[in-house]
Amino acid sequence: MFHSVTVRNLFLAPFVIWAGIFIFVPLIFIIWYGVTDAAGEFSLENLAMIFQTEFFRSLEMSVLLAFVSTAVCLILAYPLCLILVERAKSAGLIITLLFVLPLWMNTLLSTMAWQTILEKNGILNQILRLFSLPDFTLINTSAAVVLGMIYNYLPYMVLPLYVALSKIDTSVIEAAKDLGASTWQTFLKVILPLSLPGAVSGVTMVFIPALTTFAISALLGGGKLLLIGNVIEQEFTFEYDWNLGAALSIVLMIFIVLNMILTFIFDKEEI
Amino acid sequence: MTNLNLKKFLLIFSLLPIPLSLISGCSFDEDDTEENAVYVYNWGDYLDPATIEKFEEETGISVIYDEYDTNESMYPRIAEGAVHYDVICPSDYMIQKMIANDLLQPLDFEKLPNAKKYIGADFFEQSKMFDPENKYSVPYCWGTVGIMYNKNLVEEPVDSWKILWDEKYKNEILMQDSSRDALMIPLKLMGRSLNETDKDEIAKARDMLIKQKPLVQAYVVDEAKDKLISGEAALGVVFSGEALMIMLENEDMDFAVPKEGTNFWIDSWVIARDAENVDNAHKFIDFMCRPEIAVINFDHLGYSTPNIAVRELEKDENYKNSPVAFPDPSIYENQETYQYLGNEMDRFYNRQWMRVKVE
Repeated sequence: MFHSVTVRNLFLAPFVIWAGIFIFVPLIFIIWYGVTDAAGEFSLENLAMIFQTEFFRSLEMSVLLAFVSTAVCLILAYPLCLILVERAKSAGLIITLLFVLPLWMNTLLSTMAWQTILEKNGILNQILRLFSLPDFTLINTSAAVVLGMIYNYLPYMVLPLYVALSKIDTSVIEAAKDLGASTWQTFLKVILPLSLPGAVSGVTMVFIPALTTFAISALLGGGKLLLIGNVIEQEFTFEYDWNLGAALSIVLMIFIVLNMILTFIFDKEEI
Repeated sequence: MTNLNLKKFLLIFSLLPIPLSLISGCSFDEDDTEENAVYVYNWGDYLDPATIEKFEEETGISVIYDEYDTNESMYPRIAEGAVHYDVICPSDYMIQKMIANDLLQPLDFEKLPNAKKYIGADFFEQSKMFDPENKYSVPYCWGTVGIMYNKNLVEEPVDSWKILWDEKYKNEILMQDSSRDALMIPLKLMGRSLNETDKDEIAKARDMLIKQKPLVQAYVVDEAKDKLISGEAALGVVFSGEALMIMLENEDMDFAVPKEGTNFWIDSWVIARDAENVDNAHKFIDFMCRPEIAVINFDHLGYSTPNIAVRELEKDENYKNSPVAFPDPSIYENQETYQYLGNEMDRFYNRQWMRVKVE
């Protein structure tokens, strides 16, 4: 569309400036703070802190919960997206929009709503009591935090997966069936490999926010659960130790980069 | 729509709220320096806005009022000097830390006649734990930390922190979610000071909290009030000011200050060293010490006031006769106030608390 290189560069400039100011510079700051101590001297002490029990356990817990919620999201999203794709395109779009709409609501609000539902005298238990059923208390456990993560991040799994699945040429599936493949075989040998890029970007989009969240665990964990996101938040806001906070963020970034490398390997197509 | 377009459309659609929330999330600090103003930095909802209006009307000084939610979030903003506030209202140990780091200026008590006249001598005496010469601070609110309990669910008399370790109340206990407030309880049970600096003793206190963790429903801060009013928990560690509010809302609740002792906290007005409106700051503090104003704030907050003229002026019998708001003086005899224990000790306390939370 743009023939002259100058014109093209001109249009690129806002993005480059944006990326520079809001991505590159902050990243430099984080790395700078992470490898220095309070006096500004070079030090790897803060990075090594991750091996101290308190920090390591919170990282372990974060990785575990992020892993579980990503897996559940993936398992939930596949059948849902397959059904969506089979419907007429217009119906599929409406249902997908319904999935996107909750994203317009602030995460904090929707998570607080879960708090009200799951509380000891919450909506869920009041309904159970109405039918003389025993109480079901999930609030302030790691299961409640996983539930909050799934609720908040499922759309991020559904969207890329839906797009990937709807891109599959139906004639390919018909051909598989023609050649005698069972539904299960069609899924494993045709649909799954073709939709893998979508699944992989879905996994990334769920795993990373789940790994770094601090709001969901604070609201649904009742303060009994310390995730690495909570620790970093505390270091910055409460302890006022930016060096340690930045160092822990770098550790977390390593996990995110690993995740992105995996994505890159699987997903050779555009996003 | 082709699939690619659909994908882009959906992506943009789903990402839209993010920049929106970013924009709405940040607020700008007014940097238009007004001629006749005073910049006040106070706890969230920590005075009745009507008193500010009265002050502005009477003096013609405009009040630029900002709020913070913890001492720890306030401190860096003052230390960095990003915004120049004149009047601040930190807690005891934080005042001590700010004095130690040269962030406050001595007050001119000649300009604070109401403070001299109406703030009880006991409170200046207690303030010496963090402001040894009573040079920097004027007490504004005070209170204790105790156990709020539901009279229907807790049969035995509540007079000791020990009840928080009773298996009977599994999942019915709310604890405070902050290192000093949490560790204060086992330290007091062990008969130690709440300003303990012996690391072995603090570690022992930590182990007691780890042992207690399975019984605890949640570690909370402000949510304690709502949870106790709605009956989510039978027992909770709360501040006396909150206790008064909870008791007014829920008649089943009562408040006890354990016999082992507790934290006697004081929040006081101070003036920042970098204050640009020192005269106005004194006027503001003195105005807040005026009995008619103090009683408005007391009604609004429910926190105990060090102002000795307020009880006389109080009209609401619920407040006036409340042993929680105006306790028998014997209740706060020999109670300790938090002290700033230095950066390294602070870190140690916080690390012990983290340890409890990751168990």
